[in-house]
Amino acid sequence: MSGESLKTNEYIAIAEDLTVAYGEKPVLWDVDFNVPKGKLMAIVGPNGAGKSTLIKSMLGLLKPVAGKVEFFINSDNKPSNFKDKGISRKIAYVPQSGSVDWDFPATALDVVLMGRYGHLGWIKRPKKADKQLALEMLEKVGMKEFQSRQISQLSGGQQQRVFLARALVQQAELYFMDEPFKGVDAKTEKAIITLLKELKAQGKTVVVVHHDLRTVTEYFDWVTLINMRIIAEGEVNETFTNENIDKAYGRIRSDLVEAVNTDGESRV
Amino acid sequence: MNPQLEIQLIAIFIATACALPGVFLVLRKMTMMSDSISHTTLLGIVLAFFIVHDLSSPFLVVGAAAMGVITVWLTESLHKTKLVSEDSSIGIVFPLLFSIAVILISKYAGSVHLDSDSVLEGDLVSAPFYRLELFGVSIGAKYIYISLFYLILNIVLIAVFFKELKVSAFDPMLASVLGFSPILLHYGLMSLVSITAVGAFEAVGSILVIAFMAGPPVTAYLLTDDLKKMLFISGGMGALNAVLGFQLARFFDVSISGAMAVMTGVTFLIVFIFAPQRGLISIALRRKRQKLSFGMLNLLIHLLSHENSEYETREAEHCSLANHLHWHEGYARKIVDKLIIEKLIVVENGILKLTDTGRTYTSNEYSKIFNN
Amino acid sequence: MMDILSRLNNYTTIVVALGAAVLGMISGVIGSYSVIRKQSLIGDGVSHSALPGVVLAFMMTGNKSTEVLLLGALVAGILAAGFIIGIVKNSRIKFDSALALVMSVFFGTGLVLLSIVQKTPDSAQAGLSRFIFGQVSAILKRDVYIMTIVSAVLILLVILFWKEFKLFSFDPEYAHTLGFKPMRLNLLLMLMTVFTIIIGLQTVGVILMSAMLIAPGVAARQWTDRLWLMIVLSAVFGAGAGVIGAFSSSLAEKLPTGPAIVVVISIIVLISILIAPNRGLISKALRRRKSKKGWLEKGVKGGDII
Repeated sequence: MSGESLKTNEYIAIAEDLTVAYGEKPVLWDVDFNVPKGKLMAIVGPNGAGKSTLIKSMLGLLKPVAGKVEFFINSDNKPSNFKDKGISRKIAYVPQSGSVDWDFPATALDVVLMGRYGHLGWIKRPKKADKQLALEMLEKVGMKEFQSRQISQLSGGQQQRVFLARALVQQAELYFMDEPFKGVDAKTEKAIITLLKELKAQGKTVVVVHHDLRTVTEYFDWVTLINMRIIAEGEVNETFTNENIDKAYGRIRSDLVEAVNTDGESRV
Repeated sequence: MNPQLEIQLIAIFIATACALPGVFLVLRKMTMMSDSISHTTLLGIVLAFFIVHDLSSPFLVVGAAAMGVITVWLTESLHKTKLVSEDSSIGIVFPLLFSIAVILISKYAGSVHLDSDSVLEGDLVSAPFYRLELFGVSIGAKYIYISLFYLILNIVLIAVFFKELKVSAFDPMLASVLGFSPILLHYGLMSLVSITAVGAFEAVGSILVIAFMAGPPVTAYLLTDDLKKMLFISGGMGALNAVLGFQLARFFDVSISGAMAVMTGVTFLIVFIFAPQRGLISIALRRKRQKLSFGMLNLLIHLLSHENSEYETREAEHCSLANHLHWHEGYARKIVDKLIIEKLIVVENGILKLTDTGRTYTSNEYSKIFNN
Repeated sequence: MMDILSRLNNYTTIVVALGAAVLGMISGVIGSYSVIRKQSLIGDGVSHSALPGVVLAFMMTGNKSTEVLLLGALVAGILAAGFIIGIVKNSRIKFDSALALVMSVFFGTGLVLLSIVQKTPDSAQAGLSRFIFGQVSAILKRDVYIMTIVSAVLILLVILFWKEFKLFSFDPEYAHTLGFKPMRLNLLLMLMTVFTIIIGLQTVGVILMSAMLIAPGVAARQWTDRLWLMIVLSAVFGAGAGVIGAFSSSLAEKLPTGPAIVVVISIIVLISILIAPNRGLISKALRRRKSKKGWLEKGVKGGDII
């Protein structure tokens, strides 16, 4: 795997031997997942491949059956856990837009401001500077004029931009985004990808669960293909090949089975 | 007939009658709606009483059933405005209707023979005082026949519409495709629930009805996947709770309907803990077994995917395995031991290696998992 | 007129109205969270389940003072909530069925215990059954003090954890990724809800308490899209319904207070749903008509419709 060619200190987050199950049904099997620092990377795979599960386990939202997740996000480059002090402030998350109640009594600005809560910690209130930053980010995603709209009165694309602004005010080092392009209009999609590229230019790392195979090459510079296990990972131009895509999406082919079966001795 | 036996029979008939439609309520996730109905039928009874001035008139049943349907309609209309969520709609409609009923009762307490106690827990004790006479001969407590009527009504209607109810419980979309109007079935079922709630009202009051409608079906739900069996078990459970509850009440001289509700909880709890498939104990055992076999497969796949790779030493080292997979030492040791006994892996120079059998087994399992 | 005034100006009436106002206010505040979290029915479950706790507390201590009974109610309420969560978590039984089962079994247990108390010669049951239907007239000045203190603590908690509760109610997973502990917030909110229910029991009773929690929040939600305004309005609606209900019950013959309060708050809900600006049904209908008209005119002008 070309990912192995990177040195460990070039990863900002890794998952080792991660196995995750929902109830009694395993979704990810023994996954080694690496997030290289400073890349704009995509996680690609068919439905039910465990893409969302993977980033949710990275964030500690799901407890793995086996394996561990480590972040190399502090300046000393020592491994740390999501639960360690200060780590969550360096990681931002954009959930799938279907996951919240849009009728909640909150305006676009309220929602964006929530992104500052992690920095504030318990009990403390958002200050003027926080509000300023929230407005700035709303402007950045082109939503400033909608700041006092209740969130259900926004279109799908606008809602997604608000979520994005909420992640931006976190001023994190590492961003996890779960299908940010799902259900958005072409204009929003373009605006979002511009922002993501901007984040990358600032040296941030962005991990995106992505479902549109056509845009992978155009948008991302690093890709991980998964289907319950890691199929391939690496630079997009090397890794995002037809062969690997077939492996991830195909039903019959499976690299390991082939390897073992051609290896005559294993047949009993 | 001896009055105690008469009360017991009434309790059995009513409890069983409630347990049958309850099955569909539980499956359709409408238990709280029926709780709401059982409260609001009180208003129906009161209003109907004002018209006919006779508490034993069958017209009261009509009034109460109509109020049940009105409750469902009001709740759904409120929800359909999209301004109020479904649970809030339930929580607003039934307290309002119930409040109006309580206000009417307390304003006209003298003329309505309804007091707060009978609303709470019914009046089974005095049931044997009202006799049914045929040709001048007493043939038993009137309420025995009434409650038997409710039971038979439920059995007949559910038997006749079994197919329709079944489809609509599991797949309302399919039901409408097949030409059964889901709305008609929905309101039909709700009418039956309302009528049954009225029947139960005199025996157990309006608050405990829900124990008899929800308890036995929920218990049965833990014991079977088959709808027919669920109906039989639920009915049987209802009868059993009635017997146990009444005997308990007699023995300790306490509230009959309360004791029946208590026994509903007790039988549920026993099944919840000891049920063969879905009981707490068997779930815990199964989880433990699964965790072990799952861990074994997990380790095998881990070994297979790192076999012959340059990291094999690091990934498959025996002594650091638990740390590596983030497993508890004991759990890791148990899994390794078990795999060695089954001759799927061996330890070579402190490194775990798959045996040939192990490799074949794992790759078979692997292809099963990843190729569905 | 003088008669009405003198009836309202009576000491008991004022204590009762104060109690109802405090209760309405606090259930408006705490209930708003149940409404926005779509957990409205949990109040119904907890309040029914409190009955055996009340009776058992009396049986064990022989004491009928509010604090002791409320402590019993608290324990039973928490126990019931634990049962409901445990059943849902460990079986395929859905939340609504578990709720219905647990609350009715607890309530039945309460009735059984009550029937034991009734048999004792110094029958104190008259004081206990007020928890079922509520009996505002039995409220003492002391009870109002207790209600006020508990409410003050609860409101303080709401203010203190304002940001956390808002975040958690909106998006608990996101709250976790920001480093907050959703489980703790959930527990705290749950406890606060139970406390609110418990202090409301003797005023409106177990059956109607759920309406006190839900209705003010639902009404308030129609008027505003801001959480803080919703909660303030909800408190005002709740308190207002409490006062109006209490006064009308002291004016009219044989008008029980709990149901009166519920009827008043339900009317407020109905009015809000109809006439609230923006969200209200009437304003929605008007807007639809206007836009239809505008659309038709535009269509005619553009010539591409009709």
